[in-house]
Amino acid sequence: MSGKHVEANQPDKFEFNNESLKKIETILKKYPTERKKSAVMPLLDLAQRQHDNWIPLAAIKKIGEILEVPYIKVYEVATFYTMYNLAPTGKYFVQVCTTSPCAIRGSDKIVNLCKKYISEKESHLSKDGKSSWLEVECLGACVSAPMMQINDDFYEDLDEQSAVKIFEGIKNDTLPKPGSQKGRKGFEPNKRLTLVKN
Amino acid sequence: MLQDKDRIFTNLYGDYGFDLSSAKQRGDWKDTKSLIEKGKDWIINEVKVSELRGRGGAGFPTGMKWSFAPKKDANSSRPHYLVINADESEPGTCKDRDILRFEPQKLIEGCLIAAFAVSANVCYVYIRGEYIAESKILQKAIDEAYANSLIGKNASGTGFDFDMFIHMGAGAYICGEETALLESIEGNKGQPRLKPPFPALVGLYGCPTIVNNVETIAVVPTILRRSGKWFAGFGRPRNTGTKIFCISGNVNNPCNVEEEMGVPLKDLIEKHAGGVIGGWDNLQAVIPGGSSMPILSKAICDTIKMDFDALVEAKSGLGTAGIVVIDKSQDIVKVIARIARFYKHESCGQCTPCREGSGWMWRMLVRIQKGEAEIAELDMLMDVTKQIEGHTICAFGEGSSWPVQGLLRHFRTEIEERLNFKNKKIA
Amino acid sequence: MPKVKVDGIDIEVPQGSTVLQACEAAGKEIPRFCYHERLSIAGNCRMCLVEMEKSPKPVASCAMPVMDGQVIYTNTEMVKKARQGVMEFLLINHPLDCPICDQGGECDLQDQSMKYGVDKSRYVLNKRSVKEKYMGPLIKTVMTRCIHCTRCIRFAEEIAGVPEIGAINRGENMEITTYLEKTLDSELSANVIDLCPVGALTSKPYAFEARPWELTKTESIDVMDAVGSNIRVDTKGWEVKRILPRINIDINEEWISDKSRYACDGLSVNRIDAPYIRVNGRLQSCDWIEAFNFISKNIKKFSGDNAFGIVGDLVDVETMYIFKKFFNDILSSNNIEFRQSKYYLDASNKTNYLFNVPIAKIDESDLIILVGANPRLEATIVNARIRKAQINNKAKVFSLGDVGDLTYNYENLGSKLSILKDIANNSHKLSALIKSAKKPMFIIGESALQIEIGEYVLETVKKILKQNNLLGKNWNALNILHQNASSVGALYLNLLSNNTNVLDKINDSNPKLIYLLGADKVKINSKNNFIIYQGTHGGSNSKIADVVLPGAAYTEKDGLFVNLEGRVQEAKKATFTVGNAKDDWKIIKALSDALGNPIDFNTHSILREHLFKDFPIFKHFDVLPNSSAEQLTFKNVSDVNGDIKLNSFDYYATNIIAANSKTMDECRKAKLILKKTATEN
Repeated sequence: MSGKHVEANQPDKFEFNNESLKKIETILKKYPTERKKSAVMPLLDLAQRQHDNWIPLAAIKKIGEILEVPYIKVYEVATFYTMYNLAPTGKYFVQVCTTSPCAIRGSDKIVNLCKKYISEKESHLSKDGKSSWLEVECLGACVSAPMMQINDDFYEDLDEQSAVKIFEGIKNDTLPKPGSQKGRKGFEPNKRLTLVKN
Repeated sequence: MLQDKDRIFTNLYGDYGFDLSSAKQRGDWKDTKSLIEKGKDWIINEVKVSELRGRGGAGFPTGMKWSFAPKKDANSSRPHYLVINADESEPGTCKDRDILRFEPQKLIEGCLIAAFAVSANVCYVYIRGEYIAESKILQKAIDEAYANSLIGKNASGTGFDFDMFIHMGAGAYICGEETALLESIEGNKGQPRLKPPFPALVGLYGCPTIVNNVETIAVVPTILRRSGKWFAGFGRPRNTGTKIFCISGNVNNPCNVEEEMGVPLKDLIEKHAGGVIGGWDNLQAVIPGGSSMPILSKAICDTIKMDFDALVEAKSGLGTAGIVVIDKSQDIVKVIARIARFYKHESCGQCTPCREGSGWMWRMLVRIQKGEAEIAELDMLMDVTKQIEGHTICAFGEGSSWPVQGLLRHFRTEIEERLNFKNKKIA
Repeated sequence: MPKVKVDGIDIEVPQGSTVLQACEAAGKEIPRFCYHERLSIAGNCRMCLVEMEKSPKPVASCAMPVMDGQVIYTNTEMVKKARQGVMEFLLINHPLDCPICDQGGECDLQDQSMKYGVDKSRYVLNKRSVKEKYMGPLIKTVMTRCIHCTRCIRFAEEIAGVPEIGAINRGENMEITTYLEKTLDSELSANVIDLCPVGALTSKPYAFEARPWELTKTESIDVMDAVGSNIRVDTKGWEVKRILPRINIDINEEWISDKSRYACDGLSVNRIDAPYIRVNGRLQSCDWIEAFNFISKNIKKFSGDNAFGIVGDLVDVETMYIFKKFFNDILSSNNIEFRQSKYYLDASNKTNYLFNVPIAKIDESDLIILVGANPRLEATIVNARIRKAQINNKAKVFSLGDVGDLTYNYENLGSKLSILKDIANNSHKLSALIKSAKKPMFIIGESALQIEIGEYVLETVKKILKQNNLLGKNWNALNILHQNASSVGALYLNLLSNNTNVLDKINDSNPKLIYLLGADKVKINSKNNFIIYQGTHGGSNSKIADVVLPGAAYTEKDGLFVNLEGRVQEAKKATFTVGNAKDDWKIIKALSDALGNPIDFNTHSILREHLFKDFPIFKHFDVLPNSSAEQLTFKNVSDVNGDIKLNSFDYYATNIIAANSKTMDECRKAKLILKKTATEN
């Protein structure tokens, strides 16, 4: 275990595109004018979305310039929070929760499938360069464990069968619908005692 | 069992829409204006009467917290802030997620009322970064509330101006600690602040700030409509109201359920979650309130009632009411070691005991799990937990050491057997 | 004032104190790593935990405000346990490499571990290892030793004003680094070495040079600028191994600039170690008698009018005094000048040439106007105080003349001289600001005193201050920012010529005697002239001299220096002169003997007696001079148009010692790289 992996091969430049620039305007409106620094996190997120799911160092510098925040402070934030990727993740970034509630319900099986379908090691791109995976800490879907997150979406109530379907889907860009893979809407019990819809 | 008529979260399972008109059909935003017009003191008093305690884990009385907000000085340019803690990250807990995605209007209405009560014109909802779908829903709900003048300038026709913004986290458990959360909104690393001063006086941007959990705020409108006395009628004094329990782990039907405070743990597991896999006797232990709370042995689980005080008596806590059921097929040391790894991963690194101690605990637990440790190390592990607990800047120190203490408290004999066996094998 | 009880001792401390301060006031020692008096409170090391009545947990005393009636215990079992626990945690991942660690012997972790720790470790697992980080030519990093106290981060951000150090990652993977491992862009950077309580940040140039207990420590005064920072010179044998700051809250608090700290390696390079005389056009070494004979032979032909003395930037008061005596009494000349370039000064009244606001009171100021001054480079410590004024007191800073990054916010007013006139005429926005400010300051740099404009600048600023009653005894807003350690001493001794006309005369075609006392920046024409150079290092002026006399550097002699506030301080001899070199005053005394006209100062103390009699102001060490603002006279000056141009200033080579320092050269190169990369992207 060590700190965040930072890509060695960095692009020289990073510019926010027009769409992002518009979003930055909206983001800045949320915070008091003299508190632009508050926008560090949303802008890192924006940069990551714009730049194939990872943040190059040039973007960190850019954000520092836009928000008048020292680069090291932006860099600190980018390395502190786990959701900022500082190295390429591929088009599909798979995060498997392996914290106890998921572990109890068999998340190791999902991890094994990641190794099989994506790459032997965490944070390594798959052979086709399309995906990578990572063991992560609790994602807040314990009642539908085990689960994983692919980019923005949660895939919950997994078992080996449904997980395989998802990993196959990654290969040919046909991911199943996110959410419970057992057809649950939320965290309702299978056998409803209360609030049964009329 | 709580009756359907007394449920606050009538759309807990997403049976109906989250949109404003569906929410209104469920009773949200009914006469909000008249509630607010009854005044701050009435609101705070009603919440005090309800004996509502914070649903985020610490269980601090909400009415009292609100009364800590300083009186707003008309001449002061310092704004007050309301901040909603939706950084739900405690392993075993996923209740706020359901409020965000199925009952967002309850939260928004609660925010308006709470903000009015503490003189805050701005509210930030800090949602954990991974809840992207949920944040989109809440944003839609906020937009709808704005469009219908429920919030914004002259919110709900009360003359009170109220703005509400979402701030997304980005993967850091520690941001659930209120001052770390404020640091995060300010664009910093989520490292907890030293207290005093407390956020009620010096909070977001140095201004008076009240931080509340999603569930705490979302129940407020119903409390005001149905009265504090009604809410206080559930459970027992100091442990009142209804509560969303999350039941995960080795149960047949993992689920969330709103129940009366003080409901027997066994009822929750057996009646709502379909029972322990393999039957009640297959139960090994339960984590009653999210990963920070010490585990309970089966003997305790047989009778324990789920409320703040009962669980403290059992040397654990209600925490977030995230119940993780562990059956006998699980290696209990492995389960706790995995929790220790979680805390090692999530320690912010700021203060010494937590930064250095959380990794040490994890590594010792792994040795114990593998049977590599000496028996003497069990005492040392206990010692280390005690050296962390109470010595850190924030409650993370307790959160990381309690589960380990719980393990040693209830399973020491089993662990010693395991180590003896291994040691004998070596000999 | 709140009253608290510490271990049964009743004590009263000022409102706003912390429990730690209360404990100290009660005479209790509180161990700490992250807490530092001059930095913000971090409360992260948890070493300072104490027991507080009514608190179930021990509290971090550094962060806990004192409240009336608190009952504190620092000696209970709970406190002992807490300290032991924290010590153990700090040590589990700290390498056991004290034998090869430069911090050894002066390490807080070592010391506190001895006092508060337990005797052996229970940690049997592998220790964490952390990659070294590059932090420039001055700071050596061994980050595995870091205990994450964040003092360096807070110093860079709060004192140095360069928020370039941070802690990346989190939890046990947290690492201290500069952004992308760049050199810290600060002239105060090396202070983080002193602040680091362990051996994570140590001195690169001093690496493996000595152990602290091998060093002889001499308390002295820095001469790299006119601030007079208090320093400690550590020597091993004859060699100056390192220079550290000494606490003086009136001047440098406990910081010194990188040049003050690291130019000392220039002391052992390129030194003049024997007298030299020019024979057949070439300098050749000789003994003192030969050198003095050579001088006696050659100076007879010069009359007093044709004898000139130029005093350099590092000369102590005693040497200047005997030099003056030598010129006045033996050569019958008063052609002495300490300015090596042409700028204006008015020595008629101390107010005209001193930095009249005490350095320690700069942070009380609420409005600071820089006139052709770059305090960051010219007086780094003063700059840190200005920054403090801005942070603590929200002081507004303006500059006439483009001075670049000063590590704090300021508004550049432009460089037109007419701005001063506008301010004086109440037609500039600053006019109103000065009126409303409680404690404004004007800081005039040597660049604004260039001979063509200097008098106008000084008198116009005086006029502005007079209009606003700002030349008083309690707050005198006029401040001259001298660049050299010898300047104010020379002014006290009146070693200056009218409008620097000495500098004009030495370059006319008449044959003359020019005696350069460590003056290596003044431009000299060697034709027809007989030039004596007395100094420490070989340089352009020693090369053209006819006689070179080896003198002593500031670490090699006792000598008085007067800082820009007018404060007399004593530098102490820490080591010996090199080779055949001698104390400078002795050289001049011996020369007077050789010329058959002895000055009767047989010892340094007799010299000082005479000095104090002739110039009583030197008698009082370490105090500010009495204000003489009441007698200040004002001149009517006619308008001068033009611009204030900042003189080029090579911070790393402002004097001959720094110019010979390898470390300073490395710093300059590192800064150039920094500048280059900063413009990319």
